[in-house]
Amino acid sequence: MMTGDAPLIQVLQIAILLFVAAMALGVVLTRDPTSQAIAVSFHGVLLGVMFFLFQSPDVALSQIAVGAVALPLMILLALARIRKDEAKQEKREASTEERAP
Amino acid sequence: MSDGVRRALLLVGLLGFAALFVWGVGGLPPAGEYKGPYGTMLNVSAGAERHVTDVVTAVNFDYRGADTMGEEFILFTSVLGAAVLLKHEEKKKESGEKEGTGDDESGEGPPDSEAMRAAALGLVGLIVTFGLYVVLHGQLTPGGGFQGGVLLATVPLMVYLAGDPKRFLRIAPEALVETAEAVGAATYVLIGAWALVKGGVFLQNVLPLGPSEAKVTSGGTIPAINFATGVEVAGGFVLLLTLFLQQMLDRAREKR
Repeated sequence: MMTGDAPLIQVLQIAILLFVAAMALGVVLTRDPTSQAIAVSFHGVLLGVMFFLFQSPDVALSQIAVGAVALPLMILLALARIRKDEAKQEKREASTEERAP
Repeated sequence: MSDGVRRALLLVGLLGFAALFVWGVGGLPPAGEYKGPYGTMLNVSAGAERHVTDVVTAVNFDYRGADTMGEEFILFTSVLGAAVLLKHEEKKKESGEKEGTGDDESGEGPPDSEAMRAAALGLVGLIVTFGLYVVLHGQLTPGGGFQGGVLLATVPLMVYLAGDPKRFLRIAPEALVETAEAVGAATYVLIGAWALVKGGVFLQNVLPLGPSEAKVTSGGTIPAINFATGVEVAGGFVLLLTLFLQQMLDRAREKR
């Protein structure tokens, strides 16, 4: 690491660490699961940039592929599936209520 | 347990964690400093020893041996687990009550948007090229089978998002996807076992190393295993997609 005047890379490293921390807070504070999946995707991209700035391009690429694409995608697909099941359940309950009286 | 006791317990835990954390961080070397011998050694010798330029991939797919195979099988097992769960659910639905057809289909298909269609179709070619590039250049530049595999797996998704579930099935039929996952995983193990046949240790790099100036064909078993991993990862992710999108895809299959 260089000493003396902070070189550009260190400024960038500190900046990205702050961004990652802020975004992490943002992910936690997002309460709607669908929005949260999008937020976690952006957080994944930022983490990828962070790894890149800390000179780990291999890890950065894995992070972007998995953290920013695969993980949010799986969350969204799972959410869609849960919603569909819920909707069916509600429909079924509604129809049995109609028949009951 | 009352709230008071619970809080006290939490406090003890938090204080204990804080103490360990501060102690641990205090013992860390300064950021950016590396003291271990192996990284330094490999940075000097791996390029000449294995004809590669990306030492990280050389470590992952060669020097480290079975570790990466374990990682690959973590993925394999989790896809398998998800498949068992989701398929079980499908079966239960089929054997149970017959759902009315056609009445609960609203909003289930791919989104109908011209902009989405254009963007997705435009991306398909790019992603295929870039995914293959990342898989094939694992030993030369950052990337490899894992990252490239995930990229390639998004291709059928793009086709699906472009509003065409039928074509999803045509480019990625379930049987092919399952086979790709299994064959990819098995090839990794077989390449490892081939070293045993040749009289080495499991996963030893026994294939010819190729041109020493680090080309796509350099690296012996490294590009071979990378390719197998790429096939496995892409197959695994597409299988997950297929399982999640099953009902929409089934409908497309019936219409065909």
